[in-house]
Amino acid sequence: MSTGTVNRTAWLALPGVGYLVLAFALPLAALLLTSFQGDEGWTIAGYTRFFGDSYNYTVLWNTLRSALWITFICLLIGYPTAFVLARSSGWMQATLLLALILPLSVGVVVKAFAWTILLRGNGIVNATLMQLGIISEPLRLIFTETGLTIGAVHVFLPFMVLPIYAVARQIDSRLVDAAASLGAGTVRRFTHVVWPLSLPGVVVGVAFVFSMTVSMYVVPSLLVGDRYKTLPTLIARAYLFMRDRQSGGTMAVVLLAIAVLVVVASALLARRVQPEARV
Amino acid sequence: MNSARLARWVLNLIAAGVAVFMLAPLVVTVLVSFSSSSVFNLPPPEWSLRWYTSLARKDGLVSALSLSVYVAVLSTAIALVLGTLTAIAVEHGRFRGREAVLAFMVSPLMMPGLVVGVALLQALREVGLREVFPALIVGHIVITLPYITRTVHASLALFNMSLIDAARTLGLSYPQAILKVMVPGLAPAFLTSGLFAFLASMDNYPISIFLTDARSKTLPIEILRYLEETPDPTIAAISSCLILFTIIVLVLAERMVGVKRLAQF
Repeated sequence: MSTGTVNRTAWLALPGVGYLVLAFALPLAALLLTSFQGDEGWTIAGYTRFFGDSYNYTVLWNTLRSALWITFICLLIGYPTAFVLARSSGWMQATLLLALILPLSVGVVVKAFAWTILLRGNGIVNATLMQLGIISEPLRLIFTETGLTIGAVHVFLPFMVLPIYAVARQIDSRLVDAAASLGAGTVRRFTHVVWPLSLPGVVVGVAFVFSMTVSMYVVPSLLVGDRYKTLPTLIARAYLFMRDRQSGGTMAVVLLAIAVLVVVASALLARRVQPEARV
Repeated sequence: MNSARLARWVLNLIAAGVAVFMLAPLVVTVLVSFSSSSVFNLPPPEWSLRWYTSLARKDGLVSALSLSVYVAVLSTAIALVLGTLTAIAVEHGRFRGREAVLAFMVSPLMMPGLVVGVALLQALREVGLREVFPALIVGHIVITLPYITRTVHASLALFNMSLIDAARTLGLSYPQAILKVMVPGLAPAFLTSGLFAFLASMDNYPISIFLTDARSKTLPIEILRYLEETPDPTIAAISSCLILFTIIVLVLAERMVGVKRLAQF
């Protein structure tokens, strides 16, 4: 780097960047390297063992499937919510914002614990459904995948709504009116105007929620327990209980690779969906 | 009914459902914490404060709470300094790859906490750091720094630097101008990012679990351990305290910067 292109202010980045290099990037790089180290030099034995065991495919599939499913539901209910939030005003908007920001600020441990109360056999969800006559016997919700999905959607929904809201707020409603005056119906106005303009927010929200659900640990350990294995729960078990750093390290790198893939894919997608001309 | 009105009606219904869905667990937790019964049923047979008095006697939870607060305050304070300097450099410095630097500073948010925790555990062992408290500080700055850098940078991009020049022509020195003009201008960003960094640190489980030991635990770890051993509403009581604390902090922040800024977490 030639000093001519760098000014004095640039050096202010040094402490912060240096810190993350030392306490974040280098440890991750070291983890990656040690996962390729065996007793006698370099080896990919850890990975051949991991991918040679069909049980690990079940675990990988569990992890990805529940992450996809939770992300999809968050998008499905988060997208309309973001638009209501952007278009409403006064007490309605304030209430909705509060309903998103307060749970976002309350810790995951508290929220997951709250769902263990709501979802138990005699809990409020079952009691309400029975009172409404929808079910006649309590459903088994806690320690099931359904329970996990409900709890995780609650925990991660704000991360879907808020980025879409940020974009939805900026969509000029005159564009939608213009499309209407040109004869576009509700569906066409959505597919041709609103949806394309909102895509940058959708990409951010989906990337956020997916990368967080792939690596969630507290929510499944409280709501599903030991029987439903995901990559994060196996990593924690390998390190904390089995003291098996070899296989733990391999799985950690696999999870890291998934996370990096999500970040790269979302960055590429974000560039593609960026509206070319902002009016 | 025409389709636009039907669509609006459905949208509002979904949003109302979301509001109830998001708030119900918190409301139920608070209600259960005042129940006299230990089995979490609602409505409670009688109202009681027994879980709050039980909470005060739980030394493990109280000391975990104080450890978490110390770690969150200290790591947020250090991150505020490091993050602000980096944000200034990215916005006003001249060097190549400023976008990349910003992306790097925010990247810990997108990486799995457990993996960062495992990596830090190995690295800290390598350099011989086995004390819990400094290890937690090192780990939690990694969590808090992205929040600060991102929000302060976004706010700096909107800050008009000619105000600094104006202050200097009016007789202030450069450091004075920074302190009296730029810092107040950035105060909302410090507040919101500091708030979310603090809460993220207080809540962190996946990194802390690898850096703590049997004697000193942070609050989320102690809560989870307690739930495995004795799942009683004491945890509802401490959860309610945390919810109340969050509400107070959010109300104060809302008064100072407005709720819409909080939405840009």
